[in-house]
Amino acid sequence: MPETKPVLMQGNEACAEGAISAGVRFYAGYPITPSTEVAERMAVKLPDIGGVFIQMEDEIASMAAVIGASIGGMRTLTATSGPGFSLKQENIGYAIMAEIPCVIVNVQRMGPSTGVPTAPSQGDVMQARWGTHGDHPVIVFSPASVYETYYLTVAAVNLSQKLRQPIILLLDEVIGHMREKVTIPKDSKLMVEKASDKVPADWKPYDDKGLTPLVPFGFGHYYHVTGLFHDQYGFPTGDPQQVERSLDRIHEKLKKYRDEVVLTNYIGHKEPRVVIVTYGCTVRSARAVVKKAYWNNRQPVGLLSLQTLWPFPDKEVQEIAKKADVVIVPEMNMGQIIGEVERQVKGEAEVIPLNRYDGEMISPEQISDIMGRWLS
Amino acid sequence: MAIIEQLTQDFLRTKKLPHIWCPGCGNGIVTAALVRAIERADYDQRDVVIVSGIGCSSRAAGYLNFNTLHTTHGRALAFATGLKMARPELKLFVIMGDGDCSAIGGNHFIHSARRNIDLNAIVVNNHIYGMTGGQHSPLTPIGKKATTAPRGTLEREFNLLELARGAGATFGARGNAAQPRQLEQLITRGAKHKGFSIVEALSPCPIAYGRRNKLGGPVDMMKDLKENSISTERAAGKEDSELEGKTITGVIFNYEEPEYAAEYYHSIGKEIPVKSSG
Repeated sequence: MPETKPVLMQGNEACAEGAISAGVRFYAGYPITPSTEVAERMAVKLPDIGGVFIQMEDEIASMAAVIGASIGGMRTLTATSGPGFSLKQENIGYAIMAEIPCVIVNVQRMGPSTGVPTAPSQGDVMQARWGTHGDHPVIVFSPASVYETYYLTVAAVNLSQKLRQPIILLLDEVIGHMREKVTIPKDSKLMVEKASDKVPADWKPYDDKGLTPLVPFGFGHYYHVTGLFHDQYGFPTGDPQQVERSLDRIHEKLKKYRDEVVLTNYIGHKEPRVVIVTYGCTVRSARAVVKKAYWNNRQPVGLLSLQTLWPFPDKEVQEIAKKADVVIVPEMNMGQIIGEVERQVKGEAEVIPLNRYDGEMISPEQISDIMGRWLS
Repeated sequence: MAIIEQLTQDFLRTKKLPHIWCPGCGNGIVTAALVRAIERADYDQRDVVIVSGIGCSSRAAGYLNFNTLHTTHGRALAFATGLKMARPELKLFVIMGDGDCSAIGGNHFIHSARRNIDLNAIVVNNHIYGMTGGQHSPLTPIGKKATTAPRGTLEREFNLLELARGAGATFGARGNAAQPRQLEQLITRGAKHKGFSIVEALSPCPIAYGRRNKLGGPVDMMKDLKENSISTERAAGKEDSELEGKTITGVIFNYEEPEYAAEYYHSIGKEIPVKSSG
């Protein structure tokens, strides 16, 4: 049960707690390091609150079961790591296409392939964007602390329901396994209303007019759900006009609710010369550097941390680029989000990569070294 | 006839017809048997869900007027497992083809059977991948030709019902498109069974399978299906040699074992809402 007093917990546990606070009552998963604690906590807690926990035969089945349960009206979540995330991709695409809400947690580990299962990495940024085939919209969150994991899980569950869009939570192994103090609100007011069959008589599952709530199966609305392109009642269509409209539809909803979807945070100087743009656990090292440089020494530096990776925070980065001379992009990979940063900076500032891919975190010293060179 | 017309009106999405299936295909017959079985089982239309995979037979979901879920290739049972666990009061029929169920979906098939979750699997076995134009499946008999086995497949086929039984399924039956009344009864019995049930429905594919293997036209294939089948009752007491080349139809096995969704809900102290008969 939610507690008001601060508790010490892991990121993975906070993820499970956030899910439960936001009304998730169905978990299907398959064991994989370093995400297993999410499943273990759900296995302990869900039965006590009338929820369903099921360990499926594989990652593909876990993703499928989560979608099936969502269609039944439950709020759902599944957690995995790199290899499992790869296996889930086809059904993630299905959920996007059929507009079935669900949250997919990927506690990233060092890849490719089996990689280093216990080492942190931010190597799945592009897979989260383009892992499933076709021209699809995605929402991806990346928390930088245990509390942020709790908060972003709650946000992901609610937003997923509202937009009928799967949301991917990209955790770093460091965040998943780190223990930090978290204060969990007693009565979470973050929950939105429950799935219901009370809809207008002319309800259509994929209304051309825009977003409609999902009416679960079993209430006498006999609609069709498919991964094929479909009309507003869900029935397959190959009509070019309807196909185009259908694809526009799933992209438009993210644009319409852009401000609720794109979450960033800026700290530092109002007129910075050097700005660090980063996400996940790397934010922690960057924050240490900026705190020291700006708060202690009043240097013209700043940090833009990205809680949302996709859709990419284009406007926020453009604003930074107008002010700063230099944008440093530290990532625990060989350079993934930096391509997007460059696309938005459009040559208005120098974009400097800082990559580490040996299974260790980027240290504050590494960041301050590079930053120092551009400040002197 | 009146009942049939009523069923057509209630349970079929007539506006979505004509269907996409080829002339001589058995999918329509199996679908009709399913519709009559749902009527026989006396379920409330609102409680029935049709889940299907990918392939010719899986397109049936789009023609049936219920909540219908057309999933990804091979994964129908996994989607259905999630839905059944979320809403155990619903009656789920899962339509799959032979390739969908036993090749790409083989893992979900054995694990659904192992859990003995109350899903009603209907596997339309036409021995071939029809939608992609005639590739061999794990249920293509050894020696038969396919586009990907032009000299005849060297692979041995599964005995699907024995596979299901071995994995823990508690009801298994076999029927065929040439004997639709029996098929309808078998699907009804499978539906009424508490636990994982499978009905294998043998069905002709004259276009992608029959032609290549010189099995004659649609009528010949139907005739063969009927003539090569023998019911469990008639087969009882016959020597193996007498049954050579025959396919046994009817209920092949039927056991009572704890059902997974009911056991789960019981274990967490929650009642499953009681719905219309079944």
